[in-house]
Amino acid sequence: MSSVADAARPASQAEMSGSEIILKALVDQGVEYIFGYPGGAVLPIYDAIFQQNALRHILVRQEGGAVHAAEGYARSTGKVGVVLVTSGPGATNAVTGLTDALMDSIPIICLTGQVPTHLIGNDAFQEADTTGITRPCTKHNYLVKDVTQLARVMHEAFHVATSGRPGPVVIDLPKDVLFAKGPYRAPETVRHRSYNPRREPDMARVAEAVDLLVNAKRPIIYGGGGIINSGPEASRLVTDFVRRSGFPCTLTLMGLGAVPAADPHFLGMLGMHGSYEANMAMHDCDVMIAIGSRFDDRVTGRLNAFSPNSRKIHIDIDPSSINKNVRVDVPIIGDVAVTMRALLAEWQRRDPTLDRKAIAAWWERIEQWRGRNCFAFAQGPDIIKPQYAVERLYQLTKDRETYITTEVGQHQMWAAQLYRFEKPNRWMTSGGLGTMGYGLPAAMGVQLAHPDALVVDVAGEASTLMNIQELSTIVQYRLPVKVFILNNRYMGMVRQWQELLHGNRYSESYMDALPDFVKLAEAFGCVGLRCTKPGDLDGVIREMMANGRPTIVDVAVDEKENCFPMIPSGAAHNEMILGPSSDGKPGKPVSEEGMVLV
Amino acid sequence: MPVQHPVERHTIAVIADNEPGVLARIVGLFAGRGYNIESLTVAETDADKHLSRFTVVTSGTPMVIEQIKSQLDRLVPVHSVSDMTLGGPHVERELALLKVVGTGEKRVESLRLADVFRAKVIDSTTESFVFEITGATDKVDAFIGILRPLGLVEVSRTGVAAIARGKTPM
Repeated sequence: MSSVADAARPASQAEMSGSEIILKALVDQGVEYIFGYPGGAVLPIYDAIFQQNALRHILVRQEGGAVHAAEGYARSTGKVGVVLVTSGPGATNAVTGLTDALMDSIPIICLTGQVPTHLIGNDAFQEADTTGITRPCTKHNYLVKDVTQLARVMHEAFHVATSGRPGPVVIDLPKDVLFAKGPYRAPETVRHRSYNPRREPDMARVAEAVDLLVNAKRPIIYGGGGIINSGPEASRLVTDFVRRSGFPCTLTLMGLGAVPAADPHFLGMLGMHGSYEANMAMHDCDVMIAIGSRFDDRVTGRLNAFSPNSRKIHIDIDPSSINKNVRVDVPIIGDVAVTMRALLAEWQRRDPTLDRKAIAAWWERIEQWRGRNCFAFAQGPDIIKPQYAVERLYQLTKDRETYITTEVGQHQMWAAQLYRFEKPNRWMTSGGLGTMGYGLPAAMGVQLAHPDALVVDVAGEASTLMNIQELSTIVQYRLPVKVFILNNRYMGMVRQWQELLHGNRYSESYMDALPDFVKLAEAFGCVGLRCTKPGDLDGVIREMMANGRPTIVDVAVDEKENCFPMIPSGAAHNEMILGPSSDGKPGKPVSEEGMVLV
Repeated sequence: MPVQHPVERHTIAVIADNEPGVLARIVGLFAGRGYNIESLTVAETDADKHLSRFTVVTSGTPMVIEQIKSQLDRLVPVHSVSDMTLGGPHVERELALLKVVGTGEKRVESLRLADVFRAKVIDSTTESFVFEITGATDKVDAFIGILRPLGLVEVSRTGVAAIARGKTPM
């Protein structure tokens, strides 16, 4: 136990400073790491951090990096990520990460400094209306003006961040409150008076769902990030259901790893750049069970053509996710693990006789779609195809304990398509917000939580520059993070859309004046490697894996390669465009309604 | 594009902690997600428990109304959300203060109509009245419409307060 922890024993009676209360609360909540950056308003907390050993502070190079690092930590461990930033610019720099965590349902506690209570509203130095700014980009936020409320708020914040659909919570801390003395309360003494989301499903609904499932002729399981958020047990139960039922299963970008990619029932990711077979099966199914997924526009394509002939079951812990975009027949509000346990029990109780003949015919159709080989690419002798680089990365790293993060763009989609995840919590990507610059700081958080694992940020050269300053952090903490750049010298996804929608007018999508990434790595104290030929790729990846040091690998890939297959915006699942190497036909041009969609 | 459903008007009652920023959370939710607010009435209704009651009149397709309720219920300080429109018989009232300026026949006529509508005179000068009227939105609308040609110069309305009929509390 730390001195901070000891100081509060025998608990509640002893008065502590606000800063000590905060650290004591973090320790009692099981926190190990704080990602942060100091500044005037939070100096008292930093002084308290200096005087203890229970919590380790990781000094990032920009506050945005702190939030993404905390997200990476949270997503790879299932624990809460904790961030500490100062007032004003510290808080505003955190906003992108908070929004990212909100969109992807990641539990984050972000402590922000604030000017002293008496100066709030005075346009004081480094003052910002942090609770006002972060209200729409957090699950909840607090401004603590009274030190006697501080311990309660801290524990409540953890409850809010982790229960129901997880999300980021901001606690804004005026500097005078950090100095003021107040009582401490233990976590177990705090109960939230209004926020206690239900986890147990309505059993009548579960029975209805099983009724639909046992009679399905063309079923599909459509799983999402809610399975991962519910914990490893949820992934086991969903996988168990997949195998027990023999139904085909697809996962969203956020759900990858929930069901092992090697399982023959897994059809790959669905959605805009998902597999042909997954999207066709979604379109033609007669019973769909959505588990912890939210019918996002990247998944559904054109809404009025989305899976037109299916009855739909939707399991989600967040009632507002149900019937938001797509009306479902059987809504089930509950935690994935709890609900799947109930559903499996009901399934076993009935010991159903499925329509094996119809399901076998369904699988035959799926195998035909699979036969189109939608992720195919033609690797020649001279230029590295980006898909080939991901494929080789996968083959060479799959037998190690490997965690993958990504930035945002084409490389992200190729990683999602071609890297196969067998376990949950191994894949960290910015799905909802699509935040370029996410992958490098996220990898930092992952590596801290898993010091012996191989952590690779599959990156694009444009995205990685957005938080490149964090190389300095990974060097400081000797984190052997690997940044695997698929360098095509373009903002690839922007260019792809310009080809598709804007007559090949490459407005501002070419990255002129890129840095020499090898020298850049060396300048920061990392290892820099470059690969330009397909034949050298394996050797470079092996070198990256073996050196035990933070490393940038600059892979020069085909500059013109586009990411296929693709559902163009405004199109339906069965209107996918297949790539040139697949056994496909050219897709229809994008409609005018599709043009305006993002 | 989604199938177009008819737009409905719903009155929704929300009980929430009376704490700083709770109004901003609710209003921000409506603004941020593009929902309509036709009227919004707020006051603390339980001082001991620090609870406020919000009455929101909103409009949207049934799917949007369902979303509005789920989104409101998801806010951390919100204790309960109930749809008065779907919840069975209920009464709605709002209060309006109306200033009418004029002399002669128009002035007399406005006073006569106020009597018909059971509005009260709560201020008067030789050239003006301030009327207080309480009633359902339709009745207030009708009274305002009728006063307009009679010298109506200013309107202040509270928005709707609503409560279910019968003995069961929300």
